[in-house]
Amino acid sequence: MSADGRTAHLSPEVAERARELVALYPHPRSALIPLCHLAQEQDGWLRPEAIEEIAGLVGITPAEVLGTASFYEMLHTEPVGRYVVSVCTNIACMLRGAYELLEHAEQTLGIRTGATSADGTFTLEDAECIADCGRAPCLQVNHRFVGDVTPQSFDRLVDDLRAGRLDGDVPAHGTLVRVRRHGGLRVDDATVRSERQAAAQAMAERAGPGPASAPGGGAGAPAPSPAPAAKAPRAKRGGS
Amino acid sequence: MAVTEAPRIVTARLGYEDSHTLERYLATGGYEGLRKALSMPPEAVAAEVDAVSLLGRGGAGFPAGRKWSMLRKAPTTYLVVNGDESEPATFKDHLLLERDPHQLVEGVVIAAYALQVARAFIYVRGEFALGLERVQAALNDAYDHGAVGRDIFGSGFSLDIVVHPGAGAYICGEETALLESLEGKRGFPRIKPPYFPASVGLYGEPTVVNNVETLSNLPWVLVNGSAAFAALGAGRSTGTRLFALAGHVRTPGVFEVEMVKTTFRDLVYDPALGGGIPGGRGLKAIIPGGVSAPWFGAQHLDLPLGQDEVGEAGSMLGSGSIVVMDDTTCVVRAAWRITRFFWRESCGQCTPCREGSGWLEKILRRIEDGEGRESDVDLLMDVCDNLAPGLSWPPQQTTICVLGPSIPSSIASAIRMFRDEFLVHVKEGGCPHG
Repeated sequence: MSADGRTAHLSPEVAERARELVALYPHPRSALIPLCHLAQEQDGWLRPEAIEEIAGLVGITPAEVLGTASFYEMLHTEPVGRYVVSVCTNIACMLRGAYELLEHAEQTLGIRTGATSADGTFTLEDAECIADCGRAPCLQVNHRFVGDVTPQSFDRLVDDLRAGRLDGDVPAHGTLVRVRRHGGLRVDDATVRSERQAAAQAMAERAGPGPASAPGGGAGAPAPSPAPAAKAPRAKRGGS
Repeated sequence: MAVTEAPRIVTARLGYEDSHTLERYLATGGYEGLRKALSMPPEAVAAEVDAVSLLGRGGAGFPAGRKWSMLRKAPTTYLVVNGDESEPATFKDHLLLERDPHQLVEGVVIAAYALQVARAFIYVRGEFALGLERVQAALNDAYDHGAVGRDIFGSGFSLDIVVHPGAGAYICGEETALLESLEGKRGFPRIKPPYFPASVGLYGEPTVVNNVETLSNLPWVLVNGSAAFAALGAGRSTGTRLFALAGHVRTPGVFEVEMVKTTFRDLVYDPALGGGIPGGRGLKAIIPGGVSAPWFGAQHLDLPLGQDEVGEAGSMLGSGSIVVMDDTTCVVRAAWRITRFFWRESCGQCTPCREGSGWLEKILRRIEDGEGRESDVDLLMDVCDNLAPGLSWPPQQTTICVLGPSIPSSIASAIRMFRDEFLVHVKEGGCPHG
C-alpha cells in the first residue's frame, strides 16, 4: 500500500482503518497521531516501514512523520516490551512512596528503569503524572490504570500479566482504543458549506434589526435556525 | 464554613456504576439540555452561558461566554475540546471523560449549536485509554440516538464530532500547542499574537477551545437556567467546581464543591472531603492550582476557593488541583521533582525554558544529594528570575507560552517559605529527611 508500490507493511485491515481515519479530518496530516497509534497496535512500536506507509497515507515525508512522532512519549521508535509498565513518580505519587515502588519494580522485573526485559515481556518507565492521584501511588500497564499499588500488589500484577490472566483488560502494547467509530462523518463537506452560509445569513439577519448591542443583542427578534425546527425558536431575553 | 448544600452539577450521576452508558444518561435527564437549547436561537444559548460567568475550568479561568462572544458575529469554523489534562496532580477531567462521557458530548453539541459550528474535535490525552474508549462509545451511541450527526433531534442543526487521541506531551494542554498537535505536528505552542484561536485557530480558521469540565456544565445550565447557576458561588466565581485533592490527606479524590463558599481548610479537613492529614501530622504547604502555582502555607487555609480570592493572595486555582504536603515532606525534593517534570516536558522552542529548567533541575538535585553549595540558593533564585523577571505573580513572560515562566513557582515558594531547610541540606551534606 506504500506510494512507490512496494509490499505493504500495514495489514489490509489496518490499512483500511487508516484510510477511514484520514477521511475524518479536513486535512490528512491531522490523522498522523491516530495512524501512529494504529501502527503501534499492529507492531507494538513504530517500525520504519510503518512510518513510511503513514507518510504516504497523509501525504508528507517519512522524516516529517518521524520528526513529529519522536516528540510524543507514547510513540515508540524503538521496540518495547509486550507490557510497558509506567510507574508515576510525579509529586502526588512521590509523596505516597512512588520512588520506593519504582525501586521495587526494578527488583521484581530485574531491569533498570527505561529498560526492556531480555525476554521482551516488560518495559519499565518512570512516568510523569498519569492523572490517577486519588489512588497514588499508581501506574499504567499499556495505559490501563492500576491504583493504590503496594509492593505486594505489584508482584501479583506481574504474575497475573505473565500468566495471561489479565489479557482481557490489558491488551498487548500499542492497542489504545478498542472501541471503533461507527463509520465516517455524517455531514459531507458540501452540506457543511451550504449550511454554514445559511447560518451566517441567519445570524446576520438576527443581529441586523435590533440595536447592535453586546451579548444576546438581537435575540429578541427571533428568526428560524438554519433549517427551521418544528417549534418556533423561543424568544429569550438577552444576558444581564 | 463547611460543605454547602449546593447541587452537584457535573458529578450528579457518578454514584451509578453505569454512569457512562446512554441508558443511565437518558434515565437521569440526559440530553434535555440539548433539546432545550435547540428550541432557542443560537445567540440566546450563547447569552445564557455568558450570563453565568462560567470561568474556564482548564487552568487559565477565561470566561467561556467571552471566549464565545469573540465569534458571535458569524458561524465559527471549529470547536475543539481540550481533554489533554496533564497538569500534575490534576485528575478531574479524567474522571468526567471516563464516568460521564455523554454529559461532555451533550455539552459539546450545545456549544456547537450556540456557535453554529459544524465540526468539533474532542482531543483526549493519549494516556486515557479507558476515557478514549468511553467517549468513543458514548459518541457512537449519541449518533444512533440522533443527538449528534445529521439533523439533530429534528432541529435541522447538524454536527460531526471526532474523538482525537493525544500521544503523551504535557505541553499539548496549551491550546495553541493542542491545535498544532491536532494538525498532526509537534506540540509547539504558537507565537502570539494572535493571542486567541478565535482569530487564528485550527487550520488557521476561527476556533473555540474549551475544557472538558467547562463544557460538562452546559447541560445543567440549559436545564436549570443561568440564574440557578449564577446563584452558586460569589463574584465572578460562580457555580461549583471540581477539585482534585492529592498528597497527604486521608481520602484523596475529586470533589465537587461550591466556589467561594468553600475554603482550603474545608477541602483538606472536612470528613466528607479530604478528611485531614493522616497520622495527626501538621500541614507544611499546599500547592493550589497545579504545580505551576505558587505554594500556600497554613495561614492560607481559610482562603475561599474562588478564582479572584486566590489570585489576590498570590497564587491561582489554575487546573483545580490541590496537593497537600505534611510536615515530614522534604521541600527540596518536592521542588526538585516538580522542576524535573518541567524539564522533561519543555518543548524546547525557547531558550529560557529549555535551558533554565535543566539548570534548575541539576542544582536542586545536587542540593538534595548533599553536594550543594551555599551559593546555590541564591543561584536558584537568579535563574528563576531569568525565567520570570521579578518573580511576580502572575509571572512576566519570557517565552512563547506560560510553561517556562511557571517553572520558578515551586522553587521560589520553597525557598521563600523554607530557606533554612535548603541551607541545612547544604551544611549537613544531604537531606535531613533521609
